[in-house]
Amino acid sequence: MTFNLTYKPYGARAILIEWPAVIDEVILKDIIRFSDVIERKNIKEIVEIKTAYNSLLVIYESVCRNYENEVEKLKNYYFSKGFEYDNMSKLWKIPVCYDAVFGIDLEAISLAKNISKEAIIERHSQVNYTVFFIGFLPGFLYLGGLDELLYFPRKETPKLSVKKGAVAIGGNQTGVYPNESPGGWNIIGNTPISFFDIEKSNPCFAKSGDCIKFHSVTIKEYHNIKKLVDTGVYQMESEVIDG
Amino acid sequence: MVKVLKSGFYSTIQDLGRIGYQHFGVPYSGVMDGYSASMANAILGNDKNAAAIEMTMTGATLQFNCNTNICISGADMSPQINSNKIELNKIISVKVGDVLSFGRLNYGFRSYLAVSDGFKTKVVMNSRSMYKNITNQVILYKNDELPISNSVVNSIKHASIKVNTNHFTSKIIEVFKGPEFDFLAVEQQEQLFSKLFKISKENNRMAYQLEDILANSLKPIITSSVLPGTVQLTPFGKLIILMRDCQTTGGYPRILQLKDTSIDVLAQKFNGQNINFKLVKH
Repeated sequence: MTFNLTYKPYGARAILIEWPAVIDEVILKDIIRFSDVIERKNIKEIVEIKTAYNSLLVIYESVCRNYENEVEKLKNYYFSKGFEYDNMSKLWKIPVCYDAVFGIDLEAISLAKNISKEAIIERHSQVNYTVFFIGFLPGFLYLGGLDELLYFPRKETPKLSVKKGAVAIGGNQTGVYPNESPGGWNIIGNTPISFFDIEKSNPCFAKSGDCIKFHSVTIKEYHNIKKLVDTGVYQMESEVIDG
Repeated sequence: MVKVLKSGFYSTIQDLGRIGYQHFGVPYSGVMDGYSASMANAILGNDKNAAAIEMTMTGATLQFNCNTNICISGADMSPQINSNKIELNKIISVKVGDVLSFGRLNYGFRSYLAVSDGFKTKVVMNSRSMYKNITNQVILYKNDELPISNSVVNSIKHASIKVNTNHFTSKIIEVFKGPEFDFLAVEQQEQLFSKLFKISKENNRMAYQLEDILANSLKPIITSSVLPGTVQLTPFGKLIILMRDCQTTGGYPRILQLKDTSIDVLAQKFNGQNINFKLVKH
């Protein structure tokens, strides 16, 4: 399936390609496919390709002298046949401790929405969330698939410090804070898994198109896993899924 | 080695930044004013990506523990070696024990200290630029010891270097239309290019906010890519000009995009100063 894309210059050395303005997994797959096609052409002048929900930004090393020409090339790549996108997406299983020690806003959500904490945890941990892209902070995954019942507005005043590993809900999104940072989302738990590891050549284990599934662990299990993660011997659980 | 005796208001190690890591959510970082930093490196005969110290508003005090050549470009913070005034944009030879200090800020906002062959702090993701959670340190502190090379790079003698003074005095910020520019009403577009906008006190390596409000009814966009130099417009009407340490994505409409050279110009400005956007064609 192909979409009607729009091409716009973004500054003097980038081209923004946009899909219809909706968040949709079919669009995500098309963006990943197109991004892979450009990537595999190994074009020297292209220094960076960034993807987001419904856009792809192609960044050139220097000023695009012939913008129309570059757009034509990109259009041809988009429609080029004979390239099969390999569906090597993975489902990552992420332990989360939803105990009140970590899930400091769970009580407030439970009261405001009149849903038991247990039901919130169950609904939050039964979904395979799709990774749309990484942005905002190093290692922050934009996840799609939050249960509508768990939609909860961001805080009016962001907290100055949210702990590393905090699992949170902000509006219609859920996510994990990869490092300590300010944040306005409601915190429902914490994961001992590192979502951004600067020491690794691939600092983020997940990529666009992968899935994340959270599962509930006790405080004791949390600390045991954390020890393994900290010493670098923890084995991430994952399985290959069809994209 | 160079020892930090006083750090100044906000001093960091910067090179040309981290290119190729945006898809991990890692900002570019890098020198705020590429024009001035490149000038200092070029005068010394350094690689253009050599790491320099970027000093903001007030300078640092530094002691050299080896002989080397230095060059200072960008803002004029009245640099001195052992209390003797030195010139900007010139090769200065320093000896073991010499102390470099700075005084009054005469013009500009960011000054660059380049040393022969650059500072040799740890490279993380292809760059020495300091950034939270990427490098161990985010700013320089008193007593830091910064490694530099013991050998001096051959520089071009008598090269005539002329600094463009417009770089520090011009109010004009050249911009392209941003992806959401056309969603603005004609009156709003006209206002953008006719008004002077005042830089607010909220200005740092991540973004420069402007004080003046541009009333609008633009809807937020679905989170998409942003770049240094992107001008975002909030529902409240605040204009936010993203700078080198900006996040990789954002949800506010992107109404303008600064020319690379105008990011450099803006980096030398501070709160209370005025700017004037000027539309340029692709």
